[in-house]
Amino acid sequence: MISIWFFIGLSLLVNGALILAAGLYQLVNPPENATVVLFNLHANVWWGAILFVLGAFYCLYFRPKHS
Amino acid sequence: MNLLLAMLVPERLVHLSAVDYAIIVFYFGLVIAIGWYLKGRANTGEDFFMAGREMTAWVAGLSFLSANLGALELMGWAGSAYQYGILATHWYWIGAIPAMLFLALVMMPFYYISKTHSVPGYLKLRFGESSRALSAVSFAFMTVLMSGVNMFAMAKVMQIVLGWPLSFSIWVSSLTVAVYVTLGGLRSAIFNEVLQFFLIWAGALLIPILGLYEAGGWGNLKLQIAHNFSAQYVHLWSGLNHFGANPMGIHWTGIVFGLGAVLSMGYWTTDFLVVQRILAAKDIRSAEMAPIIGAGFKMMVPFIVILPGLLGLAVLPVKLVPEPIAIATGGHTYNDVLPLMLARYCGPGLLGLGITALIAGFMSGMAGNVSAFTTVWTYDIYRPLINPRGSDHHYVNMGRWTTIIGVLISVGTAYLVMQFASIMDYVQALFSFFIAPLFGTVLLGMLWKRATGPGGFWGLLCGTLSSISMWGWVKADPSALRYVALSADAKALAQDMYQALWSFIVCVTVTVIVSLATQPKPDAELAGLVYGLTEVPSVGDVPIYKKPLFWAAFVVVVFVILNIIFW
Repeated sequence: MISIWFFIGLSLLVNGALILAAGLYQLVNPPENATVVLFNLHANVWWGAILFVLGAFYCLYFRPKHS
Repeated sequence: MNLLLAMLVPERLVHLSAVDYAIIVFYFGLVIAIGWYLKGRANTGEDFFMAGREMTAWVAGLSFLSANLGALELMGWAGSAYQYGILATHWYWIGAIPAMLFLALVMMPFYYISKTHSVPGYLKLRFGESSRALSAVSFAFMTVLMSGVNMFAMAKVMQIVLGWPLSFSIWVSSLTVAVYVTLGGLRSAIFNEVLQFFLIWAGALLIPILGLYEAGGWGNLKLQIAHNFSAQYVHLWSGLNHFGANPMGIHWTGIVFGLGAVLSMGYWTTDFLVVQRILAAKDIRSAEMAPIIGAGFKMMVPFIVILPGLLGLAVLPVKLVPEPIAIATGGHTYNDVLPLMLARYCGPGLLGLGITALIAGFMSGMAGNVSAFTTVWTYDIYRPLINPRGSDHHYVNMGRWTTIIGVLISVGTAYLVMQFASIMDYVQALFSFFIAPLFGTVLLGMLWKRATGPGGFWGLLCGTLSSISMWGWVKADPSALRYVALSADAKALAQDMYQALWSFIVCVTVTVIVSLATQPKPDAELAGLVYGLTEVPSVGDVPIYKKPLFWAAFVVVVFVILNIIFW
């Protein structure tokens, strides 16, 4: 049976990748009028990266194994 | 009607980008996929209704907590923190932690070794069919109505925050829940609750981190709140020695006895919606550890719920107001504080994750209600009262159909609330009527062997009726609040606390009097159900760091330290 933690990892991995990609895009192409407070901290870059790494670890550690 | 409502709604709070929509769509795809994957593992009654009783302590514990961590809870308590300050934290600490530990160490062994499917099922074993029927019918009825009320509330939030039409939110969320619970039963609901737990933390944790950075740390935040509002907004206990000395209008006796000793005990130990998750644990140690794990994380939830509300007091450029004023002036209500903070700090992607966390919270709350309703209907109403001779396969099919019917009734309730908004207040109030007396009945049943069947039934009935009477009295004559809540200054939350306390006392008093006047059950029939007549199973020969008592002591120490720090 696939572990619940694998599904959690998959969710964090995909969400982290999407958020990181969006953050990197904004880093390269900063919006003219950033409406987000503390935009200069680029939270979506580092938070997306954290989720991505955590998700990758869960996916690998709890990946389905053939018995 | 929808068009009219849409026109009345002010401009949406946030605007989503393509990546935000991608995150939301991925979430819906994942929960359906989990339900589809688990459908082959929900063929027997034990699988479908009890998740095979094979959940680990961590899965059961996180699911136990998540069943209560809905989006209404998050947004509502963040709004309460903006309105009442740090006092709202009491509902996470003294209003939860002692009760969760009490469930783990005192009550769980009885639930677990009786192998009951539900809390009404325990009442059947202890007090007889009439007590079970009373609690099962009231629970099933109120659960499915609450599910509809939550569904409407979710649709309303999505309309205000994102501009989505009410019917779109109602049907998409309810059909998704119907699909994954019908396919995978309780196991599917539990898996999605654990997923929701991670999404909520991933989506909401940035708000307090960035908020504290902007405010200049906790010390500066306290100074700003004291300057803008009152220093009492950041003290947990020091303003509770007088009703008028704190923003909530409550006395410490209401918090300690009404909330800590009765209302929270009732909710966390007898509300089947949360207890069902623990009953799915794989062994007695997991069943005891699960609420302790839940308690550990519950203590941290104020960081992502209460702190954003407090930060809103300091950093938001607009002042939030009660709902009637917001409707009249086009401003923002207290409950908007969490979406406003989300929009303040979260750019593309992060915003989608935050919104997904809210949607996940709503949907898992709905799934929790529906799966609990399905179990109680099938095992505590349909099987004993309508068709006692069905096969296991028949009851599983009944469970699947009940899931669909339960969702449809919820949708109907949501539309009813759309037409008559005041129903929402009544349903929420009605649900709370049963909690405190039920706790009195179950507690006496477990701890006092002299309690009899008639005592349990009449105590439960009188406690519930007394709660309804007090609520109706204050509704008809608001000045009655000074008797029910001991002060004319008391706010709605304070009334709930004292109402719970009095109804619990009525329940216990009636149960004791009737029990002493009726014939007790022989001790042999109470084995496995009552303290003193039951050999509580050991958690096994495990190292101290694996013992539930060790971790419960650890949680108590942290709980005491936190209360002293924020005194």
